[in-house]
Amino acid sequence: MSVGVIILAHTALQRAEQAIRHWADAGCPIVVHVDKKVNHNEYVAFVEALSDLDQVTFVQRRRCDWGGWELVAATQDAATKLLDSHPELRHIYLASGACLPLRPVSELCTYLDARPETDFIESSTTEDVPWTVGGLDEERFTLRFPFSWRRHRQIFDLYVKLQQLIGFKRRIPAGVVPHMGSQWWCLTRRTLRAILTDPKRSTYDRYFRKVWIPDESYFQTLARLHSTKIESRSLTLSKFDYQGKPHVFYEDHKALLRRSSCFVARKIWPRADALYETFPQPYDKPHESVAPNPSSVDRIFANAVDRRTLGRPGLYMQSRFPTIDRENAVTAGPYSVLQGFAEVFEDFESWLSKVTGGGDVHGHLFAPDRAHFNDGGPVYVGGMSDHPTLRDYNAKMFLTNLIWNNRDKHQAFQFGPMDTQTINWMVAKDTNARISVVSGAWIISLFLAREEFSDVRKEAARLQQIEHKQLKILRSPFTKARVRVMTLAEFVRSPMETLQIIVDEVSEQPHPRLAEAPNMRKLDGLGAFLQDLRNQGMHPFLTGEFPKDGDTAASLQTQQKPYLVR
Amino acid sequence: MLRLQRKRWKVRAFRKRRELVEVKNRTKGIRPDDILLFCTFRNEDVRLPYFFEYYRKMGVDHFVMVNNGSTDGGDDYAAAQPDVSLWSTDAGYGNARFGMDWLTYLQWRYGHGHWALTVDVDEFFVYPFCDTRPLAALGDWLDASDVRSFGALMLDLYPQGPVSEARYERGMDPLEIASWFDAGNYTISQNKRMRNLWIQGGPRARAFFSDKPEQAPALNKVPFVKWNRRYTYVSSTHMILPRGLNLVYDQQGGEKTSGALLHAKFINTFSERAQEEAARGEHYGAGHEYQQYAETGQDDPDLWTKWSEQYLNWRQLEVLGLLSKGNWA
Repeated sequence: MSVGVIILAHTALQRAEQAIRHWADAGCPIVVHVDKKVNHNEYVAFVEALSDLDQVTFVQRRRCDWGGWELVAATQDAATKLLDSHPELRHIYLASGACLPLRPVSELCTYLDARPETDFIESSTTEDVPWTVGGLDEERFTLRFPFSWRRHRQIFDLYVKLQQLIGFKRRIPAGVVPHMGSQWWCLTRRTLRAILTDPKRSTYDRYFRKVWIPDESYFQTLARLHSTKIESRSLTLSKFDYQGKPHVFYEDHKALLRRSSCFVARKIWPRADALYETFPQPYDKPHESVAPNPSSVDRIFANAVDRRTLGRPGLYMQSRFPTIDRENAVTAGPYSVLQGFAEVFEDFESWLSKVTGGGDVHGHLFAPDRAHFNDGGPVYVGGMSDHPTLRDYNAKMFLTNLIWNNRDKHQAFQFGPMDTQTINWMVAKDTNARISVVSGAWIISLFLAREEFSDVRKEAARLQQIEHKQLKILRSPFTKARVRVMTLAEFVRSPMETLQIIVDEVSEQPHPRLAEAPNMRKLDGLGAFLQDLRNQGMHPFLTGEFPKDGDTAASLQTQQKPYLVR
Repeated sequence: MLRLQRKRWKVRAFRKRRELVEVKNRTKGIRPDDILLFCTFRNEDVRLPYFFEYYRKMGVDHFVMVNNGSTDGGDDYAAAQPDVSLWSTDAGYGNARFGMDWLTYLQWRYGHGHWALTVDVDEFFVYPFCDTRPLAALGDWLDASDVRSFGALMLDLYPQGPVSEARYERGMDPLEIASWFDAGNYTISQNKRMRNLWIQGGPRARAFFSDKPEQAPALNKVPFVKWNRRYTYVSSTHMILPRGLNLVYDQQGGEKTSGALLHAKFINTFSERAQEEAARGEHYGAGHEYQQYAETGQDDPDLWTKWSEQYLNWRQLEVLGLLSKGNWA
């Protein structure tokens, strides 16, 4: 047999025994190290259980702390023993008690026999990898770490800070270029022997003893000095999450593990019976042709990291509640806030919906009487209620919910100074918001209602003040939304350009040039009405300049462009 | 201040232990890695068989329960189960912080060092991969991640049609008759003092509390905790002290792993319950929730709308954003 195995066992010894038997079945000699933290009786029982296997031997137990030197020392002991007692070995495979061979060990042997000179060890320089457990990469090799990261996190961090502050740096031994990689390797006899018998080994050991997490750097670094042919990957399928904690495989990963065609996987959840029953299993295709291909596993775990660190934008739930200012996108997707258009045009919502091929165009969602959903109903997608009190209880989340619930479809809604204003800052800071405002358009409803003039005057003043405040927000330097503001006078002069932009936005793609505009309400006499207001001492400055009399739309021929604030 | 409050409640719970009468104590059989379930109940005989079945299958090893004055024989049924330890009390539910004092005492006594699930008989815990991975897998994974508490959204389920017509039979899975829920009408605010999220919404908020939304029931829960004898729940399982345990959510944009509690309250037993509890006035918030049902004449509501979603599995909830796998893959 050409492959020998080192097993580092810490917990779940019964499972370790099972794994060892798989290795032994293929005739591999095995040296086992059991963590000294395992209690004596358990250890004795474990040794006893394996006593029927001649090729299994044990080395002196050491107490292994996570990220400490003893793990490396235990590996050295075991490797020495294995090489000394089995001169026929060509490859040494380092595995743990929580590793499980996925394919028969004989397939692994065949694979290695075809690559007799190759060392399989993941080994990259600190610049090349973004592993930052505890935020440390290069500093793993230049600082001192006398305190346990697991047990004394605060002291650990404090001591690191202190060293950074005073600029302390350890000297790296000459000729050594720090490399890091997976703890689990498979080295050739030649390379491993060279590492263990290097005349400078005591210097290296002294140095690495105080490096942080030496089990991921000792062999990874020294193999670079001695190997003639490194293939920088691990034959053990082992994935780490964003905190550097190994991902665990469960029964529902069975198909995934099989497809990976990897030889060995870790860690397996000790109680995942189905995995221990299934594997090792011969690969379906002729085994010579199949190299490990963990890409689908990689993808799943990469997704998990994204979910944990970035999450789904616009989602607010029991386990994701970002501070609004943390994010550019407050909502789940682009949406349009339309202010003043429904006042200028008759039936603007249905027109826009029709032109955009059935876009979701709501009425005034934040109106005082109720939320006017596009279907006119009392309840909308996701179970959202049209009740104004319930809506205003948390108006911001009313909006984020609406966008999240309909994240596959662009939402557009009408807004205005008569509506609930508490969403203004949130919408302004949201990169997803497309805000188009025809300022002063609210005057049209007042003009058409023809109510008691003193009431109209008062209401006009109130609405103008609210809209003015809102526009100030939209013009603030914190605004990230796409904002377009024009006065009523400007808009009625040339509405088509703006309407085209809105239609493009709601369709979320360029829309063929608009042939006709919706029906504009009759604004004859609006100029005189505005003058009346002025005469009463109320200056409607947000509407822009209308001529005092005559047909408004027709008399304003000069083309003026709406201006884009942002 | 919070530390004092926590200590005060611990002392209080310790005093309230005298209200508990031991009916059947099988806690000697609890092994070090066992997962425990803590529960108070009153007149839930009809629900108990399925409750036990559901949680045994999920991997609960031992049930620690308090019977609060049942008259329907549910206490005898529970006591006869081989994996149940039962205490009994006739004292007031409201005076015992809605049962929490009793459970706090039992958790202090038996929960230390165990993963503990605290639920009501009508609450069904789901978490990512719960169809393939038992609770112990979740517990082990949280242990390895140094996480001590696990959050869940309480998701109210309801039938299609009047609640009274969803006839529940002993032993039945309530999801067979009440499987609908609201997918996207939850609102959240942050409780700075306790650090928990305060979640409201769902069918109860829209049907009963539209014009007083601040009184709508809280839906945030921390039901699964690696128990330590210093811990105590604050109000039901909505909040827990020390308050660091309430940080079951990420504030930087990422998603932590979380679950849901399927709340199968709205079945035919609801109407009788609503009337009884309103009269008793002892439920959380002095029965105001139940009073609201009774007052609005809605003790037999139809909560279904055309936008209701029918429950399939946890993956559906994950897609809807009602729970998250986080970095558990």
